[in-house]
Amino acid sequence: MSMVQAILLKNGRIIDPANKLDKKGSLLVEKGRITAVFTARQKTGPLPKKLFSIDLQGKWVVPGLIDMHVHLREPGEEHKETIESGTLAAAAGGFTAVACMPNTIPVNDCQSVTRLILEKAASASARVYPVGAISKGSHGKILAEFGEMKQAGAVALTDDGKPVTDSQLLRRALEYASNHKMLVISHSEDSGLSRNGAMNEGFISTSMGLNGIPHIAEEIMVYRDLALADYTGCHLHLAHISTRESINLIRQAKKNGVPVSAETAPHYFTLTEEAVKGYNTNAKMNPPLRTPKDRAAIIKAIQDGTIDAIATDHAPHSVLEKDIEFDQAANGIIGLETAVPLTLALFRKGHIDASRLVQLLSSNPARILGVEGGSLGIGAEADIAVIDPELHFVLQEQDILSKGKNSPFIGARLQGKAVLTLCGGRITHNLLSP
Amino acid sequence: MSSEYLFAHKHILGLDHLSVPDIELILNTAESFKEISTRAIKKVPVLRGKTVVTLFFEPSTRTRLSFDIAAKRMSADTFSISASTSSTTKGETLADTARNIEAMMPDILIMRHPSSGACHYLAKHIRTSVINAGDGTHEHPSQGLLDLMTVKEHKGEISGLKIAIIGDISHSRVAHSDIIGFSKMGAHVFVSGPATLIPKKIERLGATVCTTMAEAVSDADVVMPLRIQTERQNDPLIPSFREYATFFGINRQVLQTARPGALLMHPGPINRGVELAPDVADSAQSVILDQVTNGVAIRMALMYLVLGGK
Ligand SMILES: [Zn+2]
Repeated sequence: MSMVQAILLKNGRIIDPANKLDKKGSLLVEKGRITAVFTARQKTGPLPKKLFSIDLQGKWVVPGLIDMHVHLREPGEEHKETIESGTLAAAAGGFTAVACMPNTIPVNDCQSVTRLILEKAASASARVYPVGAISKGSHGKILAEFGEMKQAGAVALTDDGKPVTDSQLLRRALEYASNHKMLVISHSEDSGLSRNGAMNEGFISTSMGLNGIPHIAEEIMVYRDLALADYTGCHLHLAHISTRESINLIRQAKKNGVPVSAETAPHYFTLTEEAVKGYNTNAKMNPPLRTPKDRAAIIKAIQDGTIDAIATDHAPHSVLEKDIEFDQAANGIIGLETAVPLTLALFRKGHIDASRLVQLLSSNPARILGVEGGSLGIGAEADIAVIDPELHFVLQEQDILSKGKNSPFIGARLQGKAVLTLCGGRITHNLLSP
Repeated sequence: MSSEYLFAHKHILGLDHLSVPDIELILNTAESFKEISTRAIKKVPVLRGKTVVTLFFEPSTRTRLSFDIAAKRMSADTFSISASTSSTTKGETLADTARNIEAMMPDILIMRHPSSGACHYLAKHIRTSVINAGDGTHEHPSQGLLDLMTVKEHKGEISGLKIAIIGDISHSRVAHSDIIGFSKMGAHVFVSGPATLIPKKIERLGATVCTTMAEAVSDADVVMPLRIQTERQNDPLIPSFREYATFFGINRQVLQTARPGALLMHPGPINRGVELAPDVADSAQSVILDQVTNGVAIRMALMYLVLGGK
């Protein structure tokens, strides 16, 4: 990490949907902010004398990516991840900001925990936006102190990992969050239907002798959540959507004007339940990997805007939680360092264009969370990712910066990678030769 | 079955990965070993100097005894370890336990474990041959094979028979191995039970699902009720044993709707008066004790074959 006064990113493809820009050009960063954007035809104008200039040779220059669903594990489970290691992984993946879920130990359900997270984040490699709990201890009983957490720096609220079963509590949370202009995020899961489940319910779960989680466990609660958003008129964001019928429900609700946004994770548009075969605990997550039909519906929803954002649900675990019997293993996989190549695969297959990719990974998450970023406008904080869409690599465990190595993509041939990340003008990741 | 057919499996994890020739070889080998148990001196030196360890994470008397007797009849040295998987006591991991045992150079590790896939996990972590003695609700291959052997013995052929399996199909590793095994050998497997206990898409494993027990049992050549529990892991499955016995219990009347001479089988232990009426369990149609006898022969064959059949 180094601080240079001025950086010129030359000859890139500048993709900035927030400013309706997708052109070859150069971008000037001074004192942590974007001070000029020159398209290829324009002259670069007067440049500062002490200039760190990088020739990008056509690589993509995009607003720093923002992952709105990350588990940083600190405080409490530092053997899995810390704010330092998690944001290093974020920077390596092209992310300049992450929203961290409150299911730490203790739960981030009050201002002192929020403050602790932000103190640790002061020296981190990415911006950290704490998400507070909806209920105290995420026990689903009493509202947490939304206002105090907001003052301390929390941007959103969720009991992620512990679905809110009491509909009245979620209703009250939506209503009360509107006073504080905070986003409520729902982990939509009927915990009765998913009880003891280890993977998607279907032929594969039956043949492997594993308890299944039916797709309706998600859809029933998505329907309830949409009804609550509609009834209260308060914006609700749905996390990690994984099934076809959830998509249909959200699409219809959006048509009806329900204030809702939704995210999915790269594994839901990349993998299916097939990946679990062989009792692969690195394919175990909640919601579980689904069927090819679900995957196709997710991709369609990413194209047509039903899905607003791609968030990784980065969930680092150590071998203690993962290298064990399948039904005992923890849910979740890491995602920060593979989001770019996996999303680029959608681009290469023609499902989305480059601007849509940037919307999904940067400008939309910024807008939904109500945070800065997601734009390369003049005067904006210099949160920038440079992506080489052509770079081929095999994901190796030893190259992963997250403390968690629980990825089903280890050993996979991937294409496309962040090669330079700037957060507030500071270089947080650099694979380009100096 | 040609005697030159080579058994290529180092581990026996399930019937899923065994081919029809594999299964035939196992059944024929077991048939030839069965006679050993009837001798005055019930011991052959086939596995002399070999070490067999049984590692059971679930209580079991019969399966464990059966493996133990099988190994001793082949002159192997046997050792048994009982372990617990209580998640509240942070103990040794399964991989560590297995590596520790492996460091003592056993030739075969026989494991029963409450987690589906635990034997697959073990086989990935150690070099010793692993025989699955029941993993969670996944498979119980030696039981499936001894069921095939018992039916073949009594009916001459498995192909074309109607096999009725009644009860908790969801949580029965025996049912899973039986459905796979009997289907592979050309029989038609029908399952029935409370719909709460019939897993999704079981038909793709080769079973026909019947909503009434009568449909499944009617004209069946084999009737196999399974052991039942009222509740598993906080999941309400059936209201009571009494109601279960009324609608899904096998009694004389039900059994009479099967084909004359139909075999009554049960993987044991029996809940008398629940899934099986007491008088039926002891009837002439019952081959339950033959299953137990054949279990020893099948397990002898499995140990012999995974060590190269020499
Ligand atoms: Zn969640």
